[in-house]
Amino acid sequence: MTRSINIRNVKIISGEDIINARHNPPFEKLVISFLDDLSKDIRRLKDSSIYPDLITFSFWCRKSNINKLKMKYSNLKHRLGRGLIFHIAPSNVPLNFGYTFIFGLLSGNANIIKIPSNYFPQNEILIYLINHLFKKEKYQELKKTNAFLQYPQKNSITKYLSSACDVRIIWGGDSTIEKIRSFPIPIRSMDLSFADRVSVCLIDSDQLKIQNESSLDRLIKLFFNDTFIMDQNACSSPKLILWRGKSKNVRIKNRFWEKLSDYAKNKIELDFSIANRKYLKFCETILQLKNIIKFQSYDNFISRLSLESLPKDIDKYFGNSGFFFEYDIKNLNDINHILNPKYQTMTYFGVEKEIIVSFIEKLNVNAFDRVVPLGSALEIELTWDGYDMIRSLTRQVTIY
Amino acid sequence: MHLEKLFTPKLRKTILKRLNKLIDVHPFSLGRYKKRKNLQEELKYLNEHHYNNCIDYKYIVDAIGYNRIKTNNLEQYPFLHVDIFKEYDLKSIKENKIFKIMNSSGTSGANTSKIYIDKENAKIQTKILKTIVSDFIGKSRMPMLIIDSESTVKIRGKFSARAAGIVGFSIFGKDHTFALNDQLELNVKVLKNFFQKYTKQSVLVFGFTYLIWEKFIEQLNRNNIKLPKLNGFLIHGGGWKKLIEKKIDNTTFKKKVEDTIGIENSINYYGMIEQTGSIYLECKYGFLHTSIFSDIIIRRPDYSLCSQKEKGIVQTISLLPTSYPGHNLISDDLGEIIAEDNCKCGRLGKTFLIHGRISKSELRGCSDTID
Repeated sequence: MTRSINIRNVKIISGEDIINARHNPPFEKLVISFLDDLSKDIRRLKDSSIYPDLITFSFWCRKSNINKLKMKYSNLKHRLGRGLIFHIAPSNVPLNFGYTFIFGLLSGNANIIKIPSNYFPQNEILIYLINHLFKKEKYQELKKTNAFLQYPQKNSITKYLSSACDVRIIWGGDSTIEKIRSFPIPIRSMDLSFADRVSVCLIDSDQLKIQNESSLDRLIKLFFNDTFIMDQNACSSPKLILWRGKSKNVRIKNRFWEKLSDYAKNKIELDFSIANRKYLKFCETILQLKNIIKFQSYDNFISRLSLESLPKDIDKYFGNSGFFFEYDIKNLNDINHILNPKYQTMTYFGVEKEIIVSFIEKLNVNAFDRVVPLGSALEIELTWDGYDMIRSLTRQVTIY
Repeated sequence: MHLEKLFTPKLRKTILKRLNKLIDVHPFSLGRYKKRKNLQEELKYLNEHHYNNCIDYKYIVDAIGYNRIKTNNLEQYPFLHVDIFKEYDLKSIKENKIFKIMNSSGTSGANTSKIYIDKENAKIQTKILKTIVSDFIGKSRMPMLIIDSESTVKIRGKFSARAAGIVGFSIFGKDHTFALNDQLELNVKVLKNFFQKYTKQSVLVFGFTYLIWEKFIEQLNRNNIKLPKLNGFLIHGGGWKKLIEKKIDNTTFKKKVEDTIGIENSINYYGMIEQTGSIYLECKYGFLHTSIFSDIIIRRPDYSLCSQKEKGIVQTISLLPTSYPGHNLISDDLGEIIAEDNCKCGRLGKTFLIHGRISKSELRGCSDTID
């Protein structure tokens, strides 16, 4: 008999009120076709074009990309979905609920997704289009096994859904994770939690110096996308810039920041509270770290703090909305003492990735789950925070 | 200005001396050019004084690139965010000179500001408050009804914004009467007595805007308490946040006050504990006024200057703070300059309006799931 969960007393945005568990192999044809239809529908809708993140999402879930992601898995034989996934999406990242939904779908599971009650137009569009697809005859099976819920912080519902799921995925906020973990999940079930993380960017200034104007402009744009798209508040947006190369490359560094500031001025609409909050943060940081700041510059778009030394707990001082620390290193071992499991992504430019890989392999702390080129910080992959989503959300049946 | 002059160790004495001289000048009598010249000079002294006496102030203004020698422009002088006083004990006096520490109200449960005042600074605050306010309500002391409880001012050791307001304004009154008990309920007996006693002369009613509304006017009406009508002035301040939630604007407020207790002159003021003394009062045309001791600058999110009648972040300047570096602050308030030197009320200076707090925008990012 199929296990099912009843969610009759909750506001269901999409899907049905009785959700059946699902134990299918990953990358099913039905799911890939559903995602491809969704991708087409997004691009067909005129309103979508206003939201670049929605367009990115649509390209991500189209068939050709999913097949490309599938190619990375050489062997998924005898893997089956764990059953029912309860997703708790973050309240301040639009569309994250869409990605976590896809992770659950692609791995052959049924999904119950708590979506944020914060209003995001792109979320509304996505839900609308998913609902539309659920009406099609060929996706009835998906409709019966997926539901999107919206409810205010209400422990009884979270508690109930936790008690019935096979995997619980909690997106972000250390305090949220702690709180939700107090609701037990069944003995055989597991949690995947995406906690608060921080990220850094490694740039070789010698390499930066020899870029021509147009490639420098391109880099600035990529760096901007890594940082400003999400107010520099995404876990993978760099907060600390590590400069390798001749320490005398002062001019190119200055140019980098000046160009970034100019670019940001044209691209973003600052708001009163972000501006004031950032200014206060800058002043406070100056007082907190006054002995080790060798140089700083401030405008309301970019605040730049050059450090003479790296305090062990530098991640406590990290800010957002264009708040950067920078530090000159000779080699990566110069940052060993600051590392802890919070460090997630290292974006890089002008450095051979082998150097970074061999550095990470020698670490005796769980730091850095991602090493990607500058410009790819926010790219979503099937492996996130060190978890392979497909393998984590399926079970392996051993047969021999 | 000669730089040698700036480095004199007696700088603070000079500042206070000049301020005391300025008190003899009518507070709304200087035209924009004279006033600006004066402000620029005084502020430069103040910058220098705090730079030499408050190490944290020095760190900050150095960091934001203030050029102490070359910068002579009012708009380019460094300003601190008003909340810096919540996290840091900024003072420009020695520990043993502290006369009182004033705390911001901190109603939101957040940290409160700590403002360090010595005797000289306290004295100046009182003097300047007097010259500004008496231009609106006259010099003679009136019977004063305080819409608060006596315990607000009696709690020792802590000096809240409410207490500071009451104590500050008490110099304009006599027979100080508290309208509310410790639970902030109407003291009906005391009220009846006060209203009956002073029907024939001008009185001063003072309190925080939301207390006057919620605990006084609303309660009188709700409980149908009929009192003889009063004459005189009602002065109130402390923000409109709670009244905006109830959809009460200044006009409604004024009318309801007049209908309930008879007073036609409700005067709103804008001020902050961080700049006690140099407050901004509303004239009968409904505009707040800067005096020769203060100024308001309105900025855009990138901190460039707003034009007249363009809403932006309020920066407030006061010549009074000498014991702590609070002379030039950026607030979280939203406001706009209406005009300069041409208010129908005849006072020179800028006229402006305050439009509440800037709304706290939520950052995007993977920070939290709690709705």
